[in-house]
Amino acid sequence: MALDDSLFSVSALEVALPDMAAKPVFGRAPMIPILKQIDLEIGRGSVLGIVGGSGSGKSTLGRALLRLIEPVGGSIRFDGQDITHLGEDSLRPIRRRMQMIFQDPMSSLNPRRRIGAIIADPILMHGFDRIDARVDEALDHVGLPRTFRSRYPHELSGGQRQRVGIARAIALKPEFILADEIVSGLDVSSQAQVLNVLGNLVKELGLTLAFISHDLSVIRRLCDRVMVLNRGEIAEYATADELFRTPQSAYTRELLDAIPLPDPNQANW
Amino acid sequence: MSAFLSVSNLSASIRGNQQRVLRSVSFSIDTGEVLGLVGESGAGKSMIGKAVLGILPVAIDITEGEILLDGHDLLAMRPKDRRRLIGATAALIPQDPLTALNPSRRIEPQITNRLGDILGWTKATARVRAMELLDEVSIDNPERVMASYPHELSGGMRQRVLIASAFAANPKLVVADEPTTALDVTVQKQILRLIRELQARHATAMVFVTHDLGVVSKICQRLSVLYGGMVVENSTVAEFFNGPKHAYSRALLAATPKYTDPDASLLPVDESVIEQVAGEVLAADRGWRHGA
Repeated sequence: MALDDSLFSVSALEVALPDMAAKPVFGRAPMIPILKQIDLEIGRGSVLGIVGGSGSGKSTLGRALLRLIEPVGGSIRFDGQDITHLGEDSLRPIRRRMQMIFQDPMSSLNPRRRIGAIIADPILMHGFDRIDARVDEALDHVGLPRTFRSRYPHELSGGQRQRVGIARAIALKPEFILADEIVSGLDVSSQAQVLNVLGNLVKELGLTLAFISHDLSVIRRLCDRVMVLNRGEIAEYATADELFRTPQSAYTRELLDAIPLPDPNQANW
Repeated sequence: MSAFLSVSNLSASIRGNQQRVLRSVSFSIDTGEVLGLVGESGAGKSMIGKAVLGILPVAIDITEGEILLDGHDLLAMRPKDRRRLIGATAALIPQDPLTALNPSRRIEPQITNRLGDILGWTKATARVRAMELLDEVSIDNPERVMASYPHELSGGMRQRVLIASAFAANPKLVVADEPTTALDVTVQKQILRLIRELQARHATAMVFVTHDLGVVSKICQRLSVLYGGMVVENSTVAEFFNGPKHAYSRALLAATPKYTDPDASLLPVDESVIEQVAGEVLAADRGWRHGA
């Protein structure tokens, strides 16, 4: 099912992590399988939603895509290049093209540094020029005033902090962004704001996005295709329309049924 | 019929600071009724729950108002009598099941100690009651769970234990402070059903603190919407979901995502709505200073 123009193509991906609780005093810890036989394609400019309960492996899948974790089986191709087992040096130029936005903006922004310096970091690290101009541009994109450069993270609201996280991720003009539960810590009002900013950026900048969330309502808003994970396996992988209109797997239906809609007359409650 | 819990004109301030954190909050709850306290972070919803249970942080003073619990004026009582009354009639279901349980003790004493301390039950009676309760919250193997440590249980199990422990002394009032926020949706549904069932069976009056309007629509009969420590709207659930009265409540509802309606664009709460409601808070403060 290879798409004509896929940025990521992943086949038979297997990820296992060491079980440190069972590690003997000497020697290696036994490996626990986390992801089993994951196949997926992410088309250029499309948005993939990854959903599942806690412990389903959604964050692990995201981290494997960015090669923060090395898979134990299968392959990951990014823009045609096999990155499954690339070493740190060969990954570096690719890292610029893939960025991440984190769940908790308070702990992912250094509290002792100003917003300007925080956004400039990845730009400096990858050796670009016109740093100030790039920082300003990134702030413009997420709809924050340029004067925020001199502020500290604690002076911002939760929604504004998360927009700084987005600005830092797009500052390098990446092709791919991984957003891992980026609105789960926010109030509904700022949640809507952050989702709108992200949705617009995907269109404006032609970004490819993987959006991890436990909240199917949020996924529906933003994503073209959705992968539902259950205990490290794909429960369902379909377009957002199909998945929400005619969910095929029992697990997806269970997830959908469990969402409390703001409606006192919802069925099955 | 007079309300089981009635809070009127409750204001609170941080010690040494003129700013109020609760602004003339009033509401009442009848026996067997569930009231939702809804608002965004910092709205003061948990603060109200804590004020009712007498567990406000030490730096926060109640400056005026009245809390009547089963006809007793809590704020006029001696602290010792107040604690005894609250301990015997009310209970809390906390948000985070991992921090609310002592990690170094088994489950059994964490449920039964309170029964001994407050109600003077013997160990054996308390143990029997604890087993019954764990069974009531659909825990299959109460024996094993009682002997477990918190880290050996899943999040959903831990929350069940806390619910059992809250309902242990047959409280007439339960304050549930975001009890399902840390749980997966499927587990959340089970836990909400469980709370609803226990609440109905024991005709408990309940204050349900949450930021999630979806959850409110499932468990509450009435709700109060809070902003800046002030109640901006009191409604029945049916009224509210048919069309909230206050602009801020309407904005909150519009910002809540619904997977059934993907085309409805999510509206962030508009600046003008925030200005309006913040203006109302300021106006309330001005009136309050004049009155004082």
